[in-house]
Amino acid sequence: MTGQTLYDKLWQAHVVREQDDGNALLYIDRHLVHEVTSPQAFEGLRLAGRQPWRADSVLAVPDHNVPTENRGAGIADPVSRVQVETLESNVAAFGLKFFPMQDLRQGIVHVIGPEQGATLPGMTVVCGDSHTSTHGALGALAFGIGTSEVEHVLATQCLWQGKSRSMLVRVEGGLRPGVTAKDVVLAIIGRIGTAGGNGYAIEFGGSAIRSLSVEGRMTVCNMAIEAGARAGMVAVDEKTIEYVRGRPQCPSGEMFERAAAAWRDLVSDPDARFDRVVELDAAQIEPQVSWGTSPEMVVGITGQVPDPDKEADPVRADGMRNALRYMGLTAGTAIRDIRPDKVFIGSCTNSRIEDLRAAAAVVRGRRKAENIQLAMVVPGSGLVKQQAEAEGLDRIFLDAGFEWREPGCSMCLAMNADRLEPGERCASTSNRNFEGRQGQGGRTHLVSPALAAAAAVAGHFIDPAELEG
Amino acid sequence: MQAFTVHEGIAAPLDRANVDTDAIIPKQYLKSVKRTGFGPNAFDDWRYLDPGEPDADNSWRRKNSDFVLNQSPFDRATILLARKNFGCGSSREHAVWALDDFGFRAVIAPSFADIFFNNSFKNGLLPVVLKEEEVDELFRRVSQEPGLRIQVDLQAKEVRVPGGPVFHFELDEYRRHRLLEGLDDIALTLQHAQEIRAYEARRREEAPWLM
Repeated sequence: MTGQTLYDKLWQAHVVREQDDGNALLYIDRHLVHEVTSPQAFEGLRLAGRQPWRADSVLAVPDHNVPTENRGAGIADPVSRVQVETLESNVAAFGLKFFPMQDLRQGIVHVIGPEQGATLPGMTVVCGDSHTSTHGALGALAFGIGTSEVEHVLATQCLWQGKSRSMLVRVEGGLRPGVTAKDVVLAIIGRIGTAGGNGYAIEFGGSAIRSLSVEGRMTVCNMAIEAGARAGMVAVDEKTIEYVRGRPQCPSGEMFERAAAAWRDLVSDPDARFDRVVELDAAQIEPQVSWGTSPEMVVGITGQVPDPDKEADPVRADGMRNALRYMGLTAGTAIRDIRPDKVFIGSCTNSRIEDLRAAAAVVRGRRKAENIQLAMVVPGSGLVKQQAEAEGLDRIFLDAGFEWREPGCSMCLAMNADRLEPGERCASTSNRNFEGRQGQGGRTHLVSPALAAAAAVAGHFIDPAELEG
Repeated sequence: MQAFTVHEGIAAPLDRANVDTDAIIPKQYLKSVKRTGFGPNAFDDWRYLDPGEPDADNSWRRKNSDFVLNQSPFDRATILLARKNFGCGSSREHAVWALDDFGFRAVIAPSFADIFFNNSFKNGLLPVVLKEEEVDELFRRVSQEPGLRIQVDLQAKEVRVPGGPVFHFELDEYRRHRLLEGLDDIALTLQHAQEIRAYEARRREEAPWLM
C-alpha cells in the first residue's frame, strides 16, 4: 500500500460517514466566525429553531468593518455598525466565545486563530472566509465556506465534502536576501495560475518552505485560494509544535505532550503519491510585484509590464488588455518605474509581527517619499500591535511618516473607511488585486511587507535588498 | 431551497475569464444582514457609471451601456454564459444571492472556482461545466442570435440549443439529487446525528485535546 499524504491523514481522521458516491460527512473541530458572512446563518438557525451543535467550537470576532482609527468613537457608518452589532447580539443569544472590538485580543480572524491556539495541528478549521486556508500552515485542514455552510456547521458540526485531488508544490533551495514568503507564494501563483489549484488541496513543501517561520508559512497557505485551492497546508515540524506551545487555547502539560506526539505524524509519508507535483527553484525567485487585476498577473522586480500582443491565447490577451487599461499601465514599462500613491501594510496575508519587523527593518532611519500620500500599517491583532509597540516598531513607522492603526482587515477589501480613491495606485501587502477591491477604481499592486516598505521610502517599486546596509 | 429540473431562458454572454466574486457583488453590499435584495447591485462596478452605496436608490444611477446585462435582450437573461474560473476569490455567498436575485437560474462556464460552485447548489443556482469548445460554440451562437433561448436540463444533464447542438454535462449524483428535489441540507444531515455523536465519543478518547 502506498503511503498517505498529509491531506489524506487529515481527511480520514475527520470522516463521520462516507457515501457510496465518495462524498463524506466531515467533522469540523474549529469554526471561526466574523460579522460579514454570519448574520444570515444565525437568522437561518433562529428561523428553524435550531441551536449550535457545539458552541465551544466557535470563536467569533468582528474584523472586516471595524475602524482602524478613533475606535473609541465607535463605527461611524450605520450599515457597518448594524452588522457588527448583529454579530454581538448573535454571539450573546447563542452563547459563543467572542472578542469584541475593544478587546486586546481582537483582530483579523486568521491572525487571532493561531495566536490564541484556537487553531491547532490536526484540526479541521472552517470560516465563512476564503482565506481560512491560512490555518493549514499549522498542519490543519482549513478551508473557506459560504454562509449556507456556516449555518450547516453551526447546526451539525459537520460538512458534506467531496475529497479534493492532492497537489504538492515543492520549493527547494535557499531564498535570496529580500525574498520572503509572500514572494514565494506570488511566484507559485504566477506559475500555476489562479485556476491552477481548482479542485486540489495543496501541500507546500521543500527546503525553502521548511526554512520559513510558521508565520511565513501562514502567508503562503493564506494565498492558496488565490491559486484556486480551497485548502493549503504545510507538514508539522518542531517549529509548528514550538509555535503552538503555551498559547491560551492550546492544551498544556501532559496533554500537550500527548498531542504533540500525534501531531508529529502529520506529515506526508515518504512514499505518498500526489495527483500533481509542481517544483520551483527558490534561488530563481525574485521579489514579486503584481501588475494586473488577477494575482497570477505578477512579475519579478527586475521585470516589465508584459505585452498582450505577444500572448497567443485570445481570452488571456483580452484579460491582459482589460487589466492594463484598468491599471493605467503600458506594456514594456519597467516595474521599477511604477510609482504608487499609497502603501498599505496589513491584511490576513501580512500583518503578523514578523511582517511588521520586516517592513520596519527597511523603513528604519528613512522617510516616506514625497509622492506617497499615505503609508499605513495595520497590525493583524491587538496583541500583534502591543508586541510591535514593545519592540518600538510603531516609533520607526511614525518617525518615517507612516500611520500606525488599530487592527482589522482595513484596506485589504475596504469595507471600513480605509479605501483607495478612483485611479489611486497602491503598494499593498494584501492578497487580491481585483478591480475595485481596495476601493472603486483603485489600483492594487500586491507585494511583500519589505517591498511595500521599500516602495514607500523610494517612491517607486524597488528590491528591498538594495536598501539594506 | 428552490428545486431545479429544466430551465429555458435567454443566455447573456459575459466574455471574460476569472470573473471574481468582488466583481459579482462589490464589498460595500456585503454589509447587509439579509439574504435578499442584491440583484440591483450584481456586477455593480461594471453595470453603473456612478459609484453605488448600500440602501441607495439605483434608479438615478447612469448605466454603462457597454455592459452586456444593460443591453436588450440580455437584461432579461436567466442563464449566464461565462469563461473559465468563474466566481474566483472571496467565499461570499452574496455573489450567488446577487445572481439569483438578478434572475439567473444557471451559469455555464468551462470551469468554476470551488467555493462559488459549492455555494451555488445551496441556493438553487445551477453551475454547468461544459468543455471549452462547447462554451465557445455557445458564445458564437448567442452572438449570432441574441435572445436565443437555451435549455438547461438537470434531469437529463444536457444543455440544448434550439436547432443546434446538445451538450452533455457531468455532475455528482449527490448534488444533482438535492437540487432536483430542493432538499434542506441541514435536516438531511441531522438524520445522522447519532453517527456524529459516536464520532465525537471516539475522538474524545483518541484526541481529547480537540474536544
